[in-house]
Amino acid sequence: MLNRQALAEQLAALGYIVDDALAMSVFLALRMQRPLFLEGAPGVGKTLLATMLAQLFETRLIRLQCYEGLDLAQAAYEWNYPRQLLALQAQHRAEPAGAPAVEHAAPAGAAETDELYREAFLLKRPLLQAIDAAAERAPVLLIDEIDRADEEFESFLLELLGDFQITIPELGTLKARHRPIVVLTSNRTRDVHDALKRRCLYHWIDYPTLATEIEIVRRKVPALGEHLRRRVVAFVQRLRREDLSKLPGVAETVDWAEAISHVGGETLDPPTVEATLGLLLKYHDDIERVRGPLAVQLLAESA
Amino acid sequence: MSANGSDPGPGPGLGHALGLRPGFDPAREGGLDLAREAVGFVRVLRAAGLPVGVEQSESFAQALAWIDPLARRELYLAARATLVFRREDQAVFDERFAAYFGGPPARPRAQATPRAPRHDRAEFFRTALVAYMAERVDPNAREVDVPEHHKAASGAELLQRKDFGDCTPAELEAIARAMRDLRLDVTLRVSRRLVRARRGDRLDLPRIVRDAARRGGAVLGLARRRPKLRRRPLVVLADISGSMELYSRILLLFLHGVTRLHARTETFVFGTRLTRITSQLQIRNVDAALDHAAREIVDFAGGTRIADCLHAFDRLHARRVLGRGAVVLIISDGWETGEPARLGGEMRRLAERAHRVVWLNPLLGRAGYAPFARGMAVALAYIDDFLPIHDLRSLQELATRLGRIPRRKGARSIDASRRAPRSIHEA
Repeated sequence: MLNRQALAEQLAALGYIVDDALAMSVFLALRMQRPLFLEGAPGVGKTLLATMLAQLFETRLIRLQCYEGLDLAQAAYEWNYPRQLLALQAQHRAEPAGAPAVEHAAPAGAAETDELYREAFLLKRPLLQAIDAAAERAPVLLIDEIDRADEEFESFLLELLGDFQITIPELGTLKARHRPIVVLTSNRTRDVHDALKRRCLYHWIDYPTLATEIEIVRRKVPALGEHLRRRVVAFVQRLRREDLSKLPGVAETVDWAEAISHVGGETLDPPTVEATLGLLLKYHDDIERVRGPLAVQLLAESA
Repeated sequence: MSANGSDPGPGPGLGHALGLRPGFDPAREGGLDLAREAVGFVRVLRAAGLPVGVEQSESFAQALAWIDPLARRELYLAARATLVFRREDQAVFDERFAAYFGGPPARPRAQATPRAPRHDRAEFFRTALVAYMAERVDPNAREVDVPEHHKAASGAELLQRKDFGDCTPAELEAIARAMRDLRLDVTLRVSRRLVRARRGDRLDLPRIVRDAARRGGAVLGLARRRPKLRRRPLVVLADISGSMELYSRILLLFLHGVTRLHARTETFVFGTRLTRITSQLQIRNVDAALDHAAREIVDFAGGTRIADCLHAFDRLHARRVLGRGAVVLIISDGWETGEPARLGGEMRRLAERAHRVVWLNPLLGRAGYAPFARGMAVALAYIDDFLPIHDLRSLQELATRLGRIPRRKGARSIDASRRAPRSIHEA
């Protein structure tokens, strides 16, 4: 990969179309080894980009799905407590009878602690896995929907993204040999703190343009004829200008195009649109709004 | 895994760390001029109010090594990728880039709406007083000596129930002072984070193992955890059209004073249109923020379009600010200029998403008021608390109420207040 055009072409070969702005952000993120922060409406292909990067570099994709209350134990590492307890018990059964079970002398206790906090008892969660996997080759670390995690988690990430190391008090500091390729996504259900975004290269992904989306559909649904492909995408693009609760994403366009290709026919007519509207719109209110005269009007306008 | 740690990345060392392409000689390639220009451009952006930090300008400088900086499009894309990290800054960035590096101007920004004709004299006078009051309530402002003994105890008692609209300047000042003593505990909600607790419904396994290791493997007691409690986010939608402006101002002043410490308050004001002033409130005082907003969104011929404004809120902001069990405060007299039926639909959507909807109506404080105003009657069906907000006592009541919002959604207190709207401040 020499420059951003080559990168865009390689991604396109995998079926992921990027415009030149996104290509530049990805290119610089790779070159400068910075995390890439992707923000945008649901369904514009933020998560998919990370998957594609993993494919492109033939490396592992490690995904951390964020949710409210996500903490270090779930994101980075946790000790395997049941196994630790079992090990403790087993150890003491093996000891000579009559040995005091309770309140050991301090030195014995310390040795036991060392014994318990070994890598064998460590459960590695995505962030630690990413550092671990980086031993041979940098993996792609996808931190998905960071806006769902709490602020506390953000500040932890901030530290991690700085130098890619995790300190486990009982074990020491673990550091990545190769810096993972990091992609963060946000649907913007809340504002992520500026400090985190500053560490990253930020890119707002918009819905694709008409030409780009036609190209995406051409690759994903080759069975659909050229005329119908254009009509389908133009209708979706027109629909996105309507005042709806949830606008159809690219995945919806592709699903819909596929459905239309199965229905057959030469052109897009109102009955077909109405019958398949559920593939594009996911809210009852939205479907009710579009069904009928509005669908006819949008069809005419997007022709 | 390498516990000892080696340098991350296969980079070629110092030159790489500085962001220089191997063999890149800044002087020979005109890089010095370029660097100077880059720095100049960052300054321009900062002057335009974009929060460009050192990290950003460094990134930009680094990026220049990887692109062809003489190609304008390349330069633009690299600058944008490294210097912009909020979507809302994009338009300003485009404009400044075109101005600084030349080339076709970016798309023109929407023109500011001309200033609406302001209030009649009496209204303006009152507003000015509140503005003065706002300055006084700012703890950082220099104290001006106002003798307190002029307000006898009986006077203070009287002031508790005096409608803000009828107050003299001195009284408003006293109210501002009294407001400082009000405390607001925005209600707590259960988060999914766990904290240590003597009694909790979950085991604290890390501690149990640690304790057991110290005691030779014996588990003597079970340490516990419980979910952490945190404050609910507060979302304020304040009507600042016509006579509502004074009340909204006082409410915002009050909330601003008490919620500044925890930044989980989102504030919007509306008239014919809706605008978000949260970030304005973080850098200015309440009055500056409101005056700025009023210029943009209050159109005296247009009346109050509550349904339109709630709709805009729903589409543009609700997803972002109504998560995590938010409490929504609407302050308005409910005079809807638009179609009341539409207001019903918008209120339903709002009520579905918010943990609780509190409607504050200053008219509720007046004797004999019944919520017959167009819109108010429709909206009532979707409100959890319907409270007056016309005097100091009602502010106090609000503060208390917000601290006692039920954990469960939808435990309504509205029926009591609807039957006897005045009972709250007579209690």
